[in-house]
Amino acid sequence: MDPVSPDEPPRWSDRRAELMLGALVAALVAVGSVDNQICDIFLSGELGGKYVYTFHAWPLVWSTILVTGGAILISVFCSLFVAVFVVEFAPAWMQGTLRPVIRLLASVPSVVYGLIGVLVIVPYIGNHLIDEQAKSSVAYTISLTGYSLLAAVLILTVMIAPVMISIFVEGLRAVPRGWLEGSLALGVNRWRTFWKIAVRSARPALVAGTVLATARALGEAVMLAMVSGSVGFAPNPADGLIFFVEPSRPLGATIIKNVEELSSPPMKSTLYAIAAVLLVSAAFLSLAGWAAKQPMKKYAAVAG
Amino acid sequence: MGAATAILPPQRSARDSSSTWRLSDRVGLAFCWLLGGLFCAIAAAIVIFMLVQGIKYVRPELLVTRPAVGFNETETGGFLDPMLGTLIVAVMSMAIALPLGVATAVWVTEYGRPFALARTVESTVEMIAGTPSIVLALFGALIFRHPALGFLSRTSGHVVFGRSFFAASAMLSLVALPMVVSATREGLQAIPAHVREASYAVGKTKWATIRRILLPTARPSVVTGTMLGIGRVIGDTAIIVVLLGATLNFNGAGDTPLLGTLKGTGSTLTSYVYSNSPAGEGNQPTKAYAAAFVLLVIVLALNACVDIVARRGRANTWT
Repeated sequence: MDPVSPDEPPRWSDRRAELMLGALVAALVAVGSVDNQICDIFLSGELGGKYVYTFHAWPLVWSTILVTGGAILISVFCSLFVAVFVVEFAPAWMQGTLRPVIRLLASVPSVVYGLIGVLVIVPYIGNHLIDEQAKSSVAYTISLTGYSLLAAVLILTVMIAPVMISIFVEGLRAVPRGWLEGSLALGVNRWRTFWKIAVRSARPALVAGTVLATARALGEAVMLAMVSGSVGFAPNPADGLIFFVEPSRPLGATIIKNVEELSSPPMKSTLYAIAAVLLVSAAFLSLAGWAAKQPMKKYAAVAG
Repeated sequence: MGAATAILPPQRSARDSSSTWRLSDRVGLAFCWLLGGLFCAIAAAIVIFMLVQGIKYVRPELLVTRPAVGFNETETGGFLDPMLGTLIVAVMSMAIALPLGVATAVWVTEYGRPFALARTVESTVEMIAGTPSIVLALFGALIFRHPALGFLSRTSGHVVFGRSFFAASAMLSLVALPMVVSATREGLQAIPAHVREASYAVGKTKWATIRRILLPTARPSVVTGTMLGIGRVIGDTAIIVVLLGATLNFNGAGDTPLLGTLKGTGSTLTSYVYSNSPAGEGNQPTKAYAAAFVLLVIVLALNACVDIVARRGRANTWT
């Protein structure tokens, strides 16, 4: 240390270094201990005294982003292909099979999905997809038991894809037949015609379906509470393949898991803050969807 | 229609035409088939799996015994109370959502004036439809813990618990409301304008037209919306877990027999499944499977009813 006299303030660079290192340490400690923080918040309300509100929700938000984003990415891709198939390319018997299948998948309650996930998919991932070496390599931080990002994303995809497919199908059906026939008459084959003309002019419906499905995925709480692992851990993409089988806990699942603690005033505020985040994200999402649709409506078949 | 179909070229099937396509296009079509088959396989797997578990674990006595506290699965009883709970919640929430939803839809489509208010109502209903049910649940917890609403749930001193069939049904009606509104609106909009004009021409007032002509015509749509709403209500878990409470049996509040039950806490099939899954406190997978099977059967039966109603509605449409 420089010989700095105690009455004069420390030099700027020193203070900055202290802040930087302190923030780094605080961030490292905070990321690992969101569960402890929730526990502290709850206890401070129950035991009396000063309420504690320290809450670094990053692992929960990160988990929500990963699970929702992953499921949306996969299901946009799959739903688009299935919707195109149903509307244009599937033979009549396949259409007749797929329609009730999509309806059925959309109407299965989320708790049934969660039950199947927790009793079938989670044990399968835990026993067959994760080897002992991977389990022991991270044994000091988390235990890999199969409650994982992978299970959550897969089941969520199956849950939200039917919502998307039915809206996509409606949008693609509404494209005027004449537009397609014009393209076919120019010698473009059916596949290209459908993707270049129908899918493009149904873009507002695609956006609407994606937004609605994202809202469903954001708000999904019970199924994710059952399969995501309920650990306030932030899965780290730098971990390689283990990343996909790391447990986490999204925001909605956190509310469900801690709802018995609503009696503690600081816990109540914390849970309402989480709910507010979910509500505001859902609202912004529909706003963004509306904004994204405006320029597309020019060539749109339907104002989705 | 006959003349129009005569001049169309014969429809080619996808397989006939795709042989001339480029490889990338054919790979895309193969991918379509793969994904379509995958979805069918997933649905079949879920139904068959649940059917097998249901046949293995559903016993008639489970349906008529109440949940009990026990050390192993032979002692913990069945799920009579959760089934009755599901029934109560479905009836009560539809009793709120059906009149409200039909009235909203009629006002928006038939009156809709002032225009700004109608637009606001429409976007509000859309907003409710997009709100996650866990947020609705916490919102309900906020409302029904208010001392002024203490008569709807259990109270001790000044503390209102805010958990009752009333609270859960009120919030679940918001889940069902958008389905009822949108189905009714579609039904009303599908009625051609000349039907209304004919009714006015014979001297009926607007209200009489709505009551005697439009609503009876739109009944299949209303029924469809109601069934879809019931399906959402009995499949919802978050609101039940937050607002109906953690007790598996009916735990009435007060002395009045029926009102006491409705003011008290209880469970439905969804919360029974949740609390008996490894994620909940009970952790009895066989009971959870049995209850989930019953729940799935109810939901699929409702879906089949929707289909039948829709088909019958299509048979006698206005042309």
